[in-house]
Amino acid sequence: MFGAMASKPRTLYEKIWDQHVVERFDDGTCLIYIDRHLVHEVTSPQAFDALRLAGRTVRRPDLTLAVPDHNLPTTARLAPDGSRVPIADPQSAAQLAALERNAPAFGIDYIDAIAPEQGIVHVVGPEQGFSLPGATIVCGDSHTAAHGGIGALAFGIGTSEVEHVLATQTLQLRQSKTMEVRAEGELGPGVTPKDLILHIIGVIGTAGGTGHVIEYRGHVFEEMSVEGRLTVCNMSIEGGARAGLIAPDDKVFAYLAGRPYAPAGDDWDRAMEWWRSLSTDAGASFDRSVVIDAADVEPTVSWGTSPEDVVAVSGAVPSPDSFADPSKQDAARKSLDYMDLAPGTPIEDIAVENVFIGSCTNSRIEDLRAAAEILKGRKKAPNVRWAIAVPGSGLVKRQAEAEGLDRIFTEAGFEWREPGCSACLAMNPDKVPPGERCASTSNRNFVGRQGPGARTHLVSPAMAAAAAVTGRLADVRKFAPCQEVGG
Amino acid sequence: MKAVSTIRGRAIPLGLKNVDTDVIIPAHWLKTISREGLGKGAFETIRATPGNPFDVEDFAGAPILIAGDNFGCGSSREHAAWAMLDMGLTAVIAPSFSDIFAGNAFKNGILAVELPQEQVDRLLEVAKDEQIAVDLENQVVTTPFQDRFEFQIDPFRKRCLLEGLDEIGLTLGSESEITRHEQVREGAMPWLDKPSRRDAA
Ligand code: SF4
Repeated sequence: MFGAMASKPRTLYEKIWDQHVVERFDDGTCLIYIDRHLVHEVTSPQAFDALRLAGRTVRRPDLTLAVPDHNLPTTARLAPDGSRVPIADPQSAAQLAALERNAPAFGIDYIDAIAPEQGIVHVVGPEQGFSLPGATIVCGDSHTAAHGGIGALAFGIGTSEVEHVLATQTLQLRQSKTMEVRAEGELGPGVTPKDLILHIIGVIGTAGGTGHVIEYRGHVFEEMSVEGRLTVCNMSIEGGARAGLIAPDDKVFAYLAGRPYAPAGDDWDRAMEWWRSLSTDAGASFDRSVVIDAADVEPTVSWGTSPEDVVAVSGAVPSPDSFADPSKQDAARKSLDYMDLAPGTPIEDIAVENVFIGSCTNSRIEDLRAAAEILKGRKKAPNVRWAIAVPGSGLVKRQAEAEGLDRIFTEAGFEWREPGCSACLAMNPDKVPPGERCASTSNRNFVGRQGPGARTHLVSPAMAAAAAVTGRLADVRKFAPCQEVGG
Repeated sequence: MKAVSTIRGRAIPLGLKNVDTDVIIPAHWLKTISREGLGKGAFETIRATPGNPFDVEDFAGAPILIAGDNFGCGSSREHAAWAMLDMGLTAVIAPSFSDIFAGNAFKNGILAVELPQEQVDRLLEVAKDEQIAVDLENQVVTTPFQDRFEFQIDPFRKRCLLEGLDEIGLTLGSESEITRHEQVREGAMPWLDKPSRRDAA
């Protein structure tokens, strides 16, 4: 091991931070080494161009992995004759072509649009074993926090920082404050990691974690599957925290073993030694601590245009007057206006015309299984005009197909798509039309996020499936015999 | 990066809380491979609403924006900063900023000034009719009415902004430290290097 071995008890975040300090400057800024850099087509072209202009190279192409996801249409990518289907939108095509050119030109591994491993960058990283515990991971995308689910310090960066990492493999950063979100007890039947993180954001608010790195701790997270942890950490940014992480354990090690980029042989054994030391020391203190009783969490739905606007599915649309803060009242009025909802409307009365199951928050195999569980033998309601299931990667898609999940989706009236960001953000052809509502497993319900004028309700995969079947936001607990939902 | 010192002029009194990056620049504008021309898409949904402050003639070309809490929350898109710069904004004043936006603003020479809500409220009032000034050297926002609101800024960021320093150039000055770190890292954690895919090897 190297790095400062402080005697003072440290949090997990502090251990990873200390390990990566290259240089400390007098003003408190640190130069931090970056172990893994994921690159996609939207936030990288300007960075590569700037490198070229300055005559700079990529310092560590071997620590960098590129994959297209945001812009890529999720319809078939190969024509029946085996040729590539051209991208209709010229701007998207130019952006994708730029990545396809830049990656090999700078010596970076590139997973192309038709490779079986292609997928959403935050699904691909852990799945390929490229993301590892204790590593610093960055990507020009704010949901990079997801990789904290395997115990990495992972955070989103802007394009200038992408350029900085490409050129130097470091970032100039100041250490964040630490925040503990502890969840004890057991999640009830039908309550998933997505519901838990929506509930947490409702408690702390969208600025609650600003300036902090969150460590999720306690029984609920220990019991949670690796995929569930990725979902929780993914949405840390919606609570204002640039990163969220969970101490890696045997589940994480089992998840990573044998993945293509993961260490093997002696390297694996040495890595395990360091990984096993990655937990917060007894006696370490956090700058802020929030405790959640898992028994309080119900299947949770967003009603407004901020991820903190959440309510239990058994509840109703709140009245703006119910908020103490006048600016929040004002924001709630605007939200309700945009969402076309009246205060007091029971959540289960809200009809949806669209259902989206996908995004880096909820597109892994467990998510698809949870949705299929509800959809099996059922059909989408007639008022649901558009329902799509978009696996997070080609490997997830194949696995789902091997399990027959694709047929469950299509028989229920869903379209079964190719991997990508899809309707999570309105950058590719998958959009929710103006004025229509969507039950979505993605992470942001911002104004216009799923398309101009689109109205988003954030939900878990099982809840999205239930909404498809009833044509309204629905309580998944009223469906089917509820499974043990541990993760 | 251009050096920044004092920014003086009209300030757009937006005042909204939680202005997210999708509001600053909607996703359909991100399909560009350059940094220019994004001003047209800046605050598109707000500008589409009648009576919005961006439409007020006095504020055309204003260099300062005044907003509410948690400005720039949401995505990491630097396009938000580029779009603001492209419409002529070089300073934003708000009670708080999202971490990623604050970083992106700084890297593009936009001054993100945090002031307490009461002072922001006062500036929102003044900005309706008068100019305001943001003085980086002295870390103070002033109005023609003798208001003087001091603000904090990271000393490193202040220096970079005042001198227009290129951060990558600065970091490359630490080349020997980076190389040393890489050598130690390679010895202690060899598995972190060259993680080439085993099936491809
Ligand atoms: S799925 Fe959505 S949140 Fe995730 S990387 Fe893609 S656009 Fe970003």
